[in-house]
Amino acid sequence: MPLEAKGISFRYGNCPWILKDFSLTVNRGEVVGISGHSGCGKSTLARILSGYEEPQLGTVTLDGKPLPRHGYNPVQLILQHPEKAVNPRWRMDKTINEGWVPDQEMLDAFGINDNWLKRWPNELSAGELQRFCVVRALSSQTSVLIADEMTTMLDALIQAQIWHVVTEIAKKRNLALIVISHEKHLIKRLCQRVIEM
Amino acid sequence: MKSANSLPIRTAKDTAHKNMLPKLSRRHRTLIVLALTTLLLLSIVTGSYILSDSGLSVNFEIKNQAPSMNNLFGTDWLGRDMFTRTVKGLSLSLGVGMMAALVSAVLALFLGICAATLGKTVDTAVTWLVDLFLGVPHLVIIILIAFSVGGGIRGVIIGVAVTHWPSLARVIRAEVMQLRSAEYVQVSRHLGKSRWWVATHHLLPHLISQFFVGLILLFPHAILHEAGISFLGFGLSPDTPAIGIILSEAMRYLSTGMWWLAFFPGVSLLIMVRAFDILGNNILLLLDPHKAHE
Amino acid sequence: MALNQSVLSVNELTVSFRQYTRGLRQIELTVITGLSAEIQPGKILAVIGSSGSGKSLLAHAILGILPSNARVTGTMAYDGEELTAERQVKLRGREIAFIPQSVNYLDPLMKVGAQVRASIKDNKKEVQRDIFARYHLDSQVENLYPFQLSGGMARRVLVSGAMVSDARLIIADEPTPGLHPEIVEEALTHLRQLADEGRAVMLITHDVGAVLNVADYIAVFYAGTTVETAPVKDFAGKGEALRHPYSKALWKALPQNDFIPVSGFQPSPGDLPLGCLFSPRCPMASRECFESRPLERELRGGKVRCYHAT
Repeated sequence: MPLEAKGISFRYGNCPWILKDFSLTVNRGEVVGISGHSGCGKSTLARILSGYEEPQLGTVTLDGKPLPRHGYNPVQLILQHPEKAVNPRWRMDKTINEGWVPDQEMLDAFGINDNWLKRWPNELSAGELQRFCVVRALSSQTSVLIADEMTTMLDALIQAQIWHVVTEIAKKRNLALIVISHEKHLIKRLCQRVIEM
Repeated sequence: MKSANSLPIRTAKDTAHKNMLPKLSRRHRTLIVLALTTLLLLSIVTGSYILSDSGLSVNFEIKNQAPSMNNLFGTDWLGRDMFTRTVKGLSLSLGVGMMAALVSAVLALFLGICAATLGKTVDTAVTWLVDLFLGVPHLVIIILIAFSVGGGIRGVIIGVAVTHWPSLARVIRAEVMQLRSAEYVQVSRHLGKSRWWVATHHLLPHLISQFFVGLILLFPHAILHEAGISFLGFGLSPDTPAIGIILSEAMRYLSTGMWWLAFFPGVSLLIMVRAFDILGNNILLLLDPHKAHE
Repeated sequence: MALNQSVLSVNELTVSFRQYTRGLRQIELTVITGLSAEIQPGKILAVIGSSGSGKSLLAHAILGILPSNARVTGTMAYDGEELTAERQVKLRGREIAFIPQSVNYLDPLMKVGAQVRASIKDNKKEVQRDIFARYHLDSQVENLYPFQLSGGMARRVLVSGAMVSDARLIIADEPTPGLHPEIVEEALTHLRQLADEGRAVMLITHDVGAVLNVADYIAVFYAGTTVETAPVKDFAGKGEALRHPYSKALWKALPQNDFIPVSGFQPSPGDLPLGCLFSPRCPMASRECFESRPLERELRGGKVRCYHAT
């Protein structure tokens, strides 16, 4: 079940092209790294691959079919700032159950403490919030996970913690994992294949 | 570790107690303002029902009397009790102001959401309208509108409602636009939630608080403008005991030294308007996550 | 000024906030607990800790810009004299420069060139142009207002502003996230140069890897306090030279090292453990660790808060 981007080009309005004729195939079970400087278009690529943005040219397909415009998207994207990705007016239990209801095993794997569930987002640290965002994106319908600088703002311990669980789950469920980071060491540690942009 | 232990981690109960003493926290202050405003509101409304109409009847025996125990706010040139007139006038102004503010806020909510969601043309049109209404002095438009729909209570409500929506509409438009592009809203769509679900679960709860604050802050403006145009003679008809009418009549007698005719109704109006203004601003600050805990 | 005198010393700093829980109930959250730190002229002290752990508040406490519901105890001294609220107002922006984490600290109504020039002695235009060129900011940028800048440009303007001032203490709070690696490199090298000229720099960041080449000392921040302050050379190999079990774990967790996590999480300010703040996760914890908090002590040229560190 490959995620396939064919000849995608993208720009905002009449600005210069951010991506030009870019192609990429990621298979199930693969961990692919994308590295490059900020501004080279890797975040835009992440948004296109996960269907947040439509390319002007080219196609993104999952298993030969275009990404669904409605309903659960099997390509899930996780970004750098978890505090922006949760509704500040919701308690965490509502946020974590928004897409699916994760079981206790899942919560334990990510070290999500039971009493965090009753808290407001501003009472948790970025590292704690990011675990919620990752769990939220990992329902059984997810087949591709794109992590765009997912742990850039977190300290090394939390980074290692989160990635250990994510790679384990990806292996177990045969997910495709795309790791976007400017951190060469992290990419080297996690990925089987690296694309330089 | 000296200082870590020397800082007593106080329980919630202690802290709440301590706050009562010197500096009140924002939530306490807001609650007090809310209680006082509600009390004021209730006493005006119930007062206007309890006070008999006898105070309004003409009685030349006690005309032009300064404030006394019998007539707290004095009497006017027809011997009517100014206290009764003031309370009934305020009550009427409250009703008219509330209606006008509500219509105005609903209009603002509707137009704000339309501008933010229905594309560029609608947005441009609404923004243009906002600028237009903000650019022309309110009083002029209210007078024109009130006059063209035939004056009276209906005229005032429509006039005030039509002129007061722009600032709130602008806030709501910006809020909706910001929310629509908020990451958690986009994530929600990707988690398979429908537009309707996102609107009702993510957008509306956020807007409702904005809406109510807007409503509370519109309210004093509405009352003032109602009083203003009634004072100028374009609003409620002279036989209604509205506060604007009372003030405008009192003007004629000011030079004769009957200060109480304008003083008490004026001050009452001021207190009521100010109370709502403070209440609205306090709630607004509570909704601001950066200031909420001060 | 004697070289060994600290520009800034922070002693047993504790910062707590009153926060509402439900209705009118308030609790006191302690976000910084008994923190001590010292910076000498000519040195860079890096404070590393995870984001959201309260390390920015250390900078805010030094500058005196905490919100009004914060309560501060402990002492701070600048140049050997107590740093009072009045002195903070007088010193910040002049003697103490701040590179904030948020780009919202720029004045929205003032052209950015003028904002940067405001911190230069004599308001010299050439100095501002040089610094803009150094941070790859176009010469037209000086005539723009903050809202016309991209996030990265605004950040570079903030960095330039602190770099041109002749402040003796520079506090940088996460100055580099989201910038090009070359510019990060440039900013860090620049901080190093300023330190070499004799200024003191406090660099607050979550990224150990980024500061290894520039810092002189690294203070490891955990759950609101500095568990260890060590010369940067101790961050090497398998972390044998490090003193605190948390610093060792943090070092080993880097992707270029072993990438090994430690289970558990940082305690939240609302329920800090009674004893050592790291005790719930510490492999070496013994009874005394759970019962009382270790004091900071000198050890092998660094400082550590641990009963068992050797």
